[in-house]
Amino acid sequence: MVEFVMPILGADMVQGTLVAWRKKPGDRIRRGEIIAEVETDKGLIDVEVFVTGVIAELLVAPGATVPTGTALALIAEEEPAPVRVGMAAPAAVQPVPSTAAPTPRAPASSGPAAPGRLRISPLARKVAETLGVDVETVMGTGLGGSITREDVERAAAARRVMTEGSSDTRPLRDRVSTRTEPVLAAPPGMTVEPEVAARMRRTIGAAMARSKREIPHYYLATTVEIHRAMTWLADENTRRPIPERLLPVALLVKAVALALREVPELNARWVGDRVVPSEAIHVGVAISLRQGGLVAPALHDADRKSLGELMHAFRDLVQRARTGGLRSSELSDPTITVTSLGDRGVEDVFAIIYPPQVAIVGFGRIVERPWVVSGQVLPRSVVRATLSGDHRVTDGHRGGLFLAAVDHRLQEPDRL
Amino acid sequence: MTRDEILATVLRVLGEIAPEADPARLAPGLELREQLDLDSMDVLNFFVGLHAALGVDVPETDYPQLTTLDACVDYLAARLQ
Repeated sequence: MVEFVMPILGADMVQGTLVAWRKKPGDRIRRGEIIAEVETDKGLIDVEVFVTGVIAELLVAPGATVPTGTALALIAEEEPAPVRVGMAAPAAVQPVPSTAAPTPRAPASSGPAAPGRLRISPLARKVAETLGVDVETVMGTGLGGSITREDVERAAAARRVMTEGSSDTRPLRDRVSTRTEPVLAAPPGMTVEPEVAARMRRTIGAAMARSKREIPHYYLATTVEIHRAMTWLADENTRRPIPERLLPVALLVKAVALALREVPELNARWVGDRVVPSEAIHVGVAISLRQGGLVAPALHDADRKSLGELMHAFRDLVQRARTGGLRSSELSDPTITVTSLGDRGVEDVFAIIYPPQVAIVGFGRIVERPWVVSGQVLPRSVVRATLSGDHRVTDGHRGGLFLAAVDHRLQEPDRL
Repeated sequence: MTRDEILATVLRVLGEIAPEADPARLAPGLELREQLDLDSMDVLNFFVGLHAALGVDVPETDYPQLTTLDACVDYLAARLQ
C-alpha cells in the first residue's frame, strides 16, 4: 500500500487545498495519470501519481486544506515503488531511485484537458463558493469555454432575480456588475481578488527571499547579435499560417535547451546538500499572470522539440497558467528557468534562481543597436542574455561557456 | 459585416485575452498594448483569435497597422470587403 500525499509543487509551498478527486476507490490508476485537482497559490493544478495500482481509500474530502506531505489517499500498488508517492522531503522534487539513471517519467501531455474537466479559474471558484453558486451549472464564456468570475456573478444575479423577483426591467446584462466593480452580494469590506493576488505575492516573496538567502548567486551578462535569427524568423513567419507563427522566445528557449547539452552542470537540481544532474532538459518558462503573480511551468524535453512544437506547448502553458489546469509535473519538473522581460522594455534582467534549480537565464528586449560588422558600423538586432548561477554548482567560467553556446546557437536559426 | 459588428468581434477577442478589462473603458484612439498590458504572446493570440473569428490572416508585416481599436476596425473592414 502506498500513500498519495499532498505534493510540494514549488519550493515555497506549505499547504494545498484538495478541490476535487478524479478517481474513486476501486478505480485503476496508472503512473502519470491525474488523481486530483489541488488549489495552490500557483492556481488550480492537476496532480499526477507516480505509481500504477488501484485506489484503495480516499482519506481527505474535497475542500480540505492540508499541509504538504499529508496523506490524501491510499493506493494498492501493482509494482514495487522504492519511494513514497508524491514529494516526501521539502528539498526533493521527484522521487529519486537508488539506481543511477533517473526514473523515466510518464509522457506529460500538453494537449487538450481531460474530457469532462471543468475549466474554471481559482478566483471564479472562490467567488462561486462565496455566492453559493454551483459551478457545474455555470456557462463559461472565457478562453476555451472556461468559467470566469463574471460568469459566476451573472449566474448568481440571475438566480437572485428568479428567486426574489425584481421590478427592474433592464436586461440582465445591464444589471449585473462586472469587471472592476466589487463582487455582487459579497459581505461588506470583503474583496476576493486582492486577497488572492496578495497571497500569491506573499508566497512568491517568501520563495525569492529564501532563494537569495540560501543560494550564492553569481551573475553574467552578454549581448547577443541576433540579426540573422530575426531575419530568418520574419521570413519563416511569412510562410506560416497565423496559428503556427513563431515568436522570438521560441528561438531563445531552444537555444538555451541545446546549449545545456554542452554545459550540463547548469541543468540540475540541488537536493539536500548536493547537486543531482538531470538527463532530461525541461525548461521552465516564466509566465506572468494577468492579475499579478508568476508561475514558471516546464516545457518538457525542450531540446528535442521543434520550434513549432515549442510554440504550441508554450501557448498551451500560458492558457492553462491563466485559467487553471497546469499539471503538477509541469511545476516540479523544470531543470532550469528562462525569463524574458523583453516586452516590457527592459534590456537586462538578473533573475533569482527558483530552488531547487541551479541557474536561471534572462533575456531582455530585442533592440536595434549600432554593431561593428567587418569594420563597419551597421544597425543590428541585439538582445541581452543573462545567467544567474548557483556558485555551489558552477562558476563564472562554465557559466560563460554556456552563454557563448547560446550565442552560437542563435547564429544558426535554421538549425534550432 | 458592419463596422459595429467588427468592433464587437475585436472586443470579444480582446476579452478572451484580458478578461479583467472593461471594454467600455478602452480609448479607441490609444494603443491597445499599453491600455491592456499585452505581451507578445497576447498579441499573437489576438491575431489568432481574429483569424478564427473573421477568417482574416494578418501578416506579421501588417501588425504595426493594428495598434488601436479604431485602426483595427479600419484594417479589418478594408480586408473584409
